[in-house]
Amino acid sequence: MHFDAFDRYHDKESFLHRLDPRVKVVVTIVFILSNALLPDGAWLAFLTAWLFLLLANHLSKLGLGYSLKRSIIALPFALIAITVLFSIPGNPLTTLRFITWDFTITDAGLLRFVSILIRSWLSVQMAILLVAVTRFPDIIHALEHLRVPAVLTTIIAFLYRYLFVLTDEVFRLLRARESRSAAAIGTRSGGGVFWRAKVAGNMAGQLFLRSYERSDRIYNAMIARGYAGHLYTLNPHEMKSRDYYVTAFAVLIIFLMQVIGRF
Amino acid sequence: MYYSPTPLHIPDGFLSLIVSVICWVITVAILGVAVSKTNKALGEKQIPLMGVMAAFIFAAQMINFPVAGGTSGHMLGGALAAIVLGPWAGMLVMTAVVAVQALLFQDGGLLVMGANILNMGLVTAAIGYGLYRSVSGSSKGVKLGVIGVAAWLSVMAGALLTSLQLWLSGTSQLDIVIPAMLGVHALIGLGEALITVFAVAFIMQTRPDLLGEGSESAKGSRSWVFVGAIISLLVVLLSPLASADPDGLERVATDMGFINAGQSAPYEIIPDYTLPFLGETALSTIFAGVVGVVVVGIIILLVGRGMKAHS
Repeated sequence: MHFDAFDRYHDKESFLHRLDPRVKVVVTIVFILSNALLPDGAWLAFLTAWLFLLLANHLSKLGLGYSLKRSIIALPFALIAITVLFSIPGNPLTTLRFITWDFTITDAGLLRFVSILIRSWLSVQMAILLVAVTRFPDIIHALEHLRVPAVLTTIIAFLYRYLFVLTDEVFRLLRARESRSAAAIGTRSGGGVFWRAKVAGNMAGQLFLRSYERSDRIYNAMIARGYAGHLYTLNPHEMKSRDYYVTAFAVLIIFLMQVIGRF
Repeated sequence: MYYSPTPLHIPDGFLSLIVSVICWVITVAILGVAVSKTNKALGEKQIPLMGVMAAFIFAAQMINFPVAGGTSGHMLGGALAAIVLGPWAGMLVMTAVVAVQALLFQDGGLLVMGANILNMGLVTAAIGYGLYRSVSGSSKGVKLGVIGVAAWLSVMAGALLTSLQLWLSGTSQLDIVIPAMLGVHALIGLGEALITVFAVAFIMQTRPDLLGEGSESAKGSRSWVFVGAIISLLVVLLSPLASADPDGLERVATDMGFINAGQSAPYEIIPDYTLPFLGETALSTIFAGVVGVVVVGIIILLVGRGMKAHS
């Protein structure tokens, strides 16, 4: 597996790609925070937020619909909010008959349900865009600047670095299981659920030991290269005046969204 | 992509601001202690170890075993991480896993990440380690049995917390979300328990030194036993209570000023919501639970299908 198999970064030359990662992380978080603050049914503000997103998509040169295409991932979770359709008191809109039960959808319920979906959908798109225009190590570096403890950012950096290595390891384990699980057509190989769980558990234990021993080798290799408890970067990440302007502009737009949403 | 998400990863937009902030405050406070404890206790060697272990948990979540009807069991790994690495290191490792899932894969939101870390990383590790530590002197069989219970309870605790947060945010209804989430996760938890038990048994057999005396796993303080016992007790007591008497829980939340606190719309959960046909009976609550189980089951299936199609 190639090292960037999990990467969502799209290598392009664009305005957003060149921005300081701190700016991108902060604006993304403020944008998501603003979505959570908007009241239900603030359609004009939701529209403004979406236009802001489109602008960001445009500036990233990934195409206007880029974040939209990948935003479906959060949709299944919407089912968990479906009960608000029927549970909030309000004027009944329509009644669904389900065998012998009537579920009445109220206008207030529909308003809340749609608002939850829109908030979630806008927020996830911004997060998608963030990782598409920022290299993951740069995001980690930005988090470090934003006072996330070094222990955590270092663990995250290692996780990102070795994810594909251990995924390869898992695939080898899964392939080995597959190749030992021959069965006649129409029958299932191996024992019952309990037995299968035991195999999976042993695989997890095996993976743990391989990872553990690998971390030893990694540590020795790092020591040999001068590791003294801290990771250094060659990318200094300096805020330029452009970065400040963009932050100010984005925060102003997001503030305007709040004003629009409340009046 | 390669791993199957569970409905425990809450996306942004589903929790109200106030609930998200409260969860962040709790998470940051616990993580602050975890960071200072690990900084003090661990040498520079532990940092690469914890990093690779985080990647291990991430990768181990891809190991699955077929159960029935196209569904499969797999694990979250919170209990396992805490048992093999010690509680504080386990929490940091799980935090890194949840953070990368949210940042890189958008599986779980950013503003609600505090809640996701709390549900899947901190509480699972506390229960897993606390119960495991309580039997540190016992025989292998007892240990493995307790590890199984701990792993199952850790998933139930995560599901219970997630439901409570969704309910306090006005996103789901208590009398549906609790039976639904707990019902589904009682099954998911069985997969977690089996994999965790067999994984630890395997490690005990091949590298007993990693879990024996003097290991990181044995160094955790005895007070974890109390923490684990208290959280487990809360889960065991609160789950049936919340399923059987949601009104009581709502009254408490209203008294404490939780409900409506962060909601902009005038919104009220009907306290005695029941299915009209069945009336206000226990049968109605159970039926609501069954409907919920089906709904959450559909979510898992849809997500699973979607992921399969991607990979």
